[in-house]
Amino acid sequence: MQTVLQQLVNGLSLGSIYALLALGYTMVYGIIKLINFAHGDIYMLGAFWGYYVIHQWHFSFWPALLSAMVFCALAGVIIEYLAYRPLRNSPRIAALITAIGVSFLLENGMSYLFSSNVRSFPQVMDVKSYNLFGIKVSNIQVLILVVSIVLMILLQLIIRRTKMGKAMRAVSVDPDAAQLIGINIDRTISFTFALGSALAGAAGVMIGLYYNSIDPLMGMTPGIKAFVAAVLGGIGLIPGAALGGFVIGILETATQALGFSAFKDAVVYVVLIIILLVRPAGILGKNIKEKV
Amino acid sequence: MALLKVTDLSVNYGVIQAVKKVNFEVNTGEIVTLIGANGAGKTTILKTISGLLRPSGGTITYEDQEIQKYKSQKIVAAGISQVPEGRHIFPGLTVVENLQMGAFLRKDRDGIKTDFDMVFDRFPVLKERRNQDAATLSGGEQQMLAMGRALMAKPKLILLDEPSMGLAPIFINEIFDIIRVIQQQGTTVLLIEQNAAKALAIADRGYVLQTGNILMSGTGKELLANNDVQKAYLGG
Ligand SMILES: Nc1ncnc2c1ncn2[C@@H]1O[C@H](COP(=O)(O)OP(=O)(O)OP(=O)(O)O)[C@@H](O)[C@H]1O
Ligand SMILES: [Mg+2]
Repeated sequence: MQTVLQQLVNGLSLGSIYALLALGYTMVYGIIKLINFAHGDIYMLGAFWGYYVIHQWHFSFWPALLSAMVFCALAGVIIEYLAYRPLRNSPRIAALITAIGVSFLLENGMSYLFSSNVRSFPQVMDVKSYNLFGIKVSNIQVLILVVSIVLMILLQLIIRRTKMGKAMRAVSVDPDAAQLIGINIDRTISFTFALGSALAGAAGVMIGLYYNSIDPLMGMTPGIKAFVAAVLGGIGLIPGAALGGFVIGILETATQALGFSAFKDAVVYVVLIIILLVRPAGILGKNIKEKV
Repeated sequence: MALLKVTDLSVNYGVIQAVKKVNFEVNTGEIVTLIGANGAGKTTILKTISGLLRPSGGTITYEDQEIQKYKSQKIVAAGISQVPEGRHIFPGLTVVENLQMGAFLRKDRDGIKTDFDMVFDRFPVLKERRNQDAATLSGGEQQMLAMGRALMAKPKLILLDEPSMGLAPIFINEIFDIIRVIQQQGTTVLLIEQNAAKALAIADRGYVLQTGNILMSGTGKELLANNDVQKAYLGG
């Protein structure tokens, strides 16, 4: 029982990182039907930004987190503007291949500029471990979970309540109709990239703190897992991405706890294959019915 | 005075020229109709006016400004709203939310509230179903919602793309009645229809479009009485 709970705690904090990343995938997919393969690399940029501002400028945790979010939001907007916008009306495969290209560019560019060595993330706060009924919980785990949930609630409020959020929903269901009521599609897409990338930036800083190590390729595997999480929850659906992230996180820690550490990544792909076979629309997805 | 003046408008899809040097105008306060068979280019013209497509030649002048290079949001802000073919309401949003989206660019809260009342007044069925998911409305109700949404932008000129398409006769009559009311309350109407008889009956003027060219124009009455129009579009 205790091990189960222990793994649940570990799974939730890891899962919230995946959830933050999955939200970015799902929002971008929802609005321009692009699987942004460079999204995991934005998370890497966030981690590096956090590393630098803490190391060089002696930022504490919160300024590091917030500035990484702003930095990544800008990076996301610039990438969309330079790489994806010119292909807006091209076949989808062109944008997809471009996304893979952007991903390589960021990974190799960062390796070139900062070397591909793994570096240890500066510890901006003392790690404290608490023992609750035999379950070990660290302050970092609690922090990750709380920050992630707060960010998800904020995201939900932005999407439900603000004008930009409403524009995002309108563009994702019907871009032509959105334009006909005066919504600026370009600005709405930029905003979506900014939101998704900011969440990835926050995830990057937090994972640096949690695993204590970063490198230019650190975004690859989590990126793919978060993508699977988004598909699992139902691509394009915000609550689905959050749910999928937690499920993947828990699954991964459970696999490790059962002694199959070597398979922790493989399990995620198995999940992907299973959903695609039995429920391609994802857990929360509806099979789309068109009304004529 | 011409509110909208379309001059030598050409629109291409790749190598296909869907609209060929078309000329027409809409005066303030009028209902003008463009009639024509499937594929004549009617929807293409409306999309170009709304800024969803770019012309390959010609000009579109609205209130003495050339708007053919404007982005769609600027065109809406200038007072041109479109009810697109196939309605394009937002599924997953309620009736009220759909109407609110129509007022996306407006900031005058009081005015928006008045227009909500006006729309509910004109389309009582929308009021009854105000909190229902728009996707669950019937075709006729969705058409009314699409018109209501366009009116929420408080347009000076409303573009209607086949509002009677796919509707039962009783809804069709209701839609045409509403178009009249919209005109009487001061909005200029550019109406596209395949239902030529009904469209010409309420229109001040009409144009007949065939494979991207304007074939004929005249008052609604003249075109209704015209032999060629009767043969080609009125089944007689
Ligand atoms: N996206 C597109 N790509 C290529 N050709 C198109 C496209 N949309 C329309 N066309 C072509 O342009 C021509 C005009 O089409 P349009 O939709 O404007 O006709 P319409 O008069 O609105 O017809 P309908 O009454 O069927 O709605 C047609 O020949 C059509 O096949
Ligand atoms: Mg058409």
